Amino acid sequence: MFQILVVGAVVAFGVYIVNNTLDNLASRGIASGFDFLSSEAGFGIIQSLIEYSEASSYGRAFWVGLLNTLLVSAIGIILATILGFIIGVARLSSNWLVAKMAAAYIETFRNIPLLLQLFFWYFAVLRALPSPRQSLVIGDSVFLNIRGFYTPRPVPEDGFWLIPAAIVAGVVAVLLLTRWAHRRQDETGQPFHVVYVSAGILIGLPVLAAAASGFPLSWDIPELRGFNFTGGMVLIPELMALLLALSIYTASFIAEIVRAGILAVSHGQTEAAYSLGLRPGPTLRLVVIPQAMRVIIPPLTSQFLNLTKNSSLAAAIAYPDLVSVFAGTVLNQTGQAIEVIAITMAVYLTVSLLISLFMNWYNKRMALVER
Amino acid sequence: MRTSTRLSVSVAAVAMAGILWAGPVNAGQTMDSVKSKGFVQCGVNTGLPGFSNADEKGHWRGIDVDVCRAVAAAVLGDATKVKFTPLTAKERFTALQSGEIDMLSRNTTWTVTRDAALGVHFAGVTYYDGQGFLVNKKLGVKSAKELDGASICVQTGTTTELNMGDYFRANKMQYTPVVFEKGDEAVAAYDSGRCDVFTSDQSQLYAQRIKLKSPKNHLVLPEVISKEPLGPVVRQGDDEWFNIVKWSLFAMVNAEEMGVNSQNVANIRKTTQDPAMKRLLGLEGDKGKDLKVSNDWVFNIVSQVGNYAESFERNVGGGSPLNIARGLNALWKDGGLQYAPPVR
Ligand SMILES: N[C@@H](CCC(=O)N[C@@H](CS)C(=O)NCC(=O)O)C(=O)O
Repeated sequence: MFQILVVGAVVAFGVYIVNNTLDNLASRGIASGFDFLSSEAGFGIIQSLIEYSEASSYGRAFWVGLLNTLLVSAIGIILATILGFIIGVARLSSNWLVAKMAAAYIETFRNIPLLLQLFFWYFAVLRALPSPRQSLVIGDSVFLNIRGFYTPRPVPEDGFWLIPAAIVAGVVAVLLLTRWAHRRQDETGQPFHVVYVSAGILIGLPVLAAAASGFPLSWDIPELRGFNFTGGMVLIPELMALLLALSIYTASFIAEIVRAGILAVSHGQTEAAYSLGLRPGPTLRLVVIPQAMRVIIPPLTSQFLNLTKNSSLAAAIAYPDLVSVFAGTVLNQTGQAIEVIAITMAVYLTVSLLISLFMNWYNKRMALVER
Repeated sequence: MRTSTRLSVSVAAVAMAGILWAGPVNAGQTMDSVKSKGFVQCGVNTGLPGFSNADEKGHWRGIDVDVCRAVAAAVLGDATKVKFTPLTAKERFTALQSGEIDMLSRNTTWTVTRDAALGVHFAGVTYYDGQGFLVNKKLGVKSAKELDGASICVQTGTTTELNMGDYFRANKMQYTPVVFEKGDEAVAAYDSGRCDVFTSDQSQLYAQRIKLKSPKNHLVLPEVISKEPLGPVVRQGDDEWFNIVKWSLFAMVNAEEMGVNSQNVANIRKTTQDPAMKRLLGLEGDKGKDLKVSNDWVFNIVSQVGNYAESFERNVGGGSPLNIARGLNALWKDGGLQYAPPVR
């Protein structure tokens, strides 16, 4: 009964706030509603994963911003995780120098505010690059200058579909092979070196497919025309700086999490594995890491969430993420602060929840299976 | 000094909360609150020489700043009774809507969207401007029509950003927009070579050029691609306040037209027999009282802030490093557009 009252009160309060807001907006002559999402945006965006031009709608600008946020978060998470695991393991290395260097890395990057690191990469490092005319050239088709990192862009030609098809086939084959190998080991005790064979399949099949279809791929090489390079692919300095800052910073936290996770597995486990005749490699892979992962995953999740939310610092350096494009430019050009901020908050909430859900699912999978 | 994004988002959120809770606006509210707190809270630029810029001692100067001071002189009788809130382009309207500031005087362009959808009113035109482009001389560019393929630094939340989109679309040219939250960041990015071009209102190009490493290596291209009437802004729904802001600016222009300035105003007030002049300076009639301020409001503005010409000259004209000619901002009788309705 009491709970029903509370819920009722909360709902009534919510309705009151919404009504009051709409009344206020109307009496102040401020536009409200979501109609603006379909009107023409009129401004350009430097980086877009989908088709976008000044003639596109504000709604489309929202997707451009969201995808840019997801792009930097996804790449950032991958880089931070790889770097974090390497540093975390290095921190425990028996080699004094390696361990100390890892410790120094962690202490440095964990203790400097992220925004400062971002400014360091963007303003001090990437702004010091030469102008397009004086680009640093690698090989003769990769260029680095103050406007970005330009590489050739692969252009698929007729028959290209064979290659992705081969990749898919390779993945399926590897999955089947793994299941077969497990079953065989369970039944006969014979191990099978899935890793080498899988690598062979995963690389071999696509290469074979490429050869069979006559390498149906050409390259669009960037070239200096007028003010800037055109053609090819470009990684803009704003994205580079954001990736560097986010992954280096977050990696220092992940490294500590990894170290704690490994230390949490008692040394007795390793000794027990050795005395059963397991070699160090399989011991790490089959005994230590699975147990460490149970300790690592929950805090790792919150690092992933942090990284995603921190990506909103993008607006400080002109990277067109959701906050910069939507909660920045769109908000300002339409003046519809309430709608825009509400949508933005809902998006961050959704993305965070999705990441948590995924990590919870993964955590369950990795959890100790009681037999 | 940098506003982190999360900070500005939270500012927007707090401002929104203000709108969620606040009751309706009433005419007279702003005037009463200004009189009772004893100062005008004025939103200005974070730093734009000639328009609003704090000097080393933290003293605000500029033509936009003078409009704030004129309002304080009219309402409170003291031009120094102003508190300034520096705002980026992105923050300005939210700050006004939420009541954080009493008026906005921040090189803001009068457009139909802003008038009709943002719940604000423009109270006049302080400066008639138009958008232009700044380029490094070594690019050898002589016209905006040659800018195809250029990278362009610009500030977010401005009309500038939109005009640029229109101009390049209309001329079938490509460009790469590099969009910053603060003017200073956009200028610094341009200076470091991140962009080929910096674009903003032309007056601001001259103002920002002073901040570059070597100003004389940079050229303002001849094209003016838009109309940018910049003026003070107030909240919609408070006509009394709207009136006094509007007429404070008109008073400065009328004073110039009638030849009254900060040097001669005291003398003229003592000696004048001209009925129009007497009305202007509050010797005759109750114009001030009708506006809910004291009758010597124009005298206070002119003696403490100066007339329009004085403000223009010392901030952006010959008496300043910007050295901008009056041009469109000359009085109507000198071939410009500045024209104020009469004090009658
Ligand atoms: N008049 C235009 C542009 C105003 C504007 O913000 N201009 C920039 C161009 S530099 C500026 O004043 N920046 C200075 C700053 O925010 O520090 C508008 O109202 O949207």
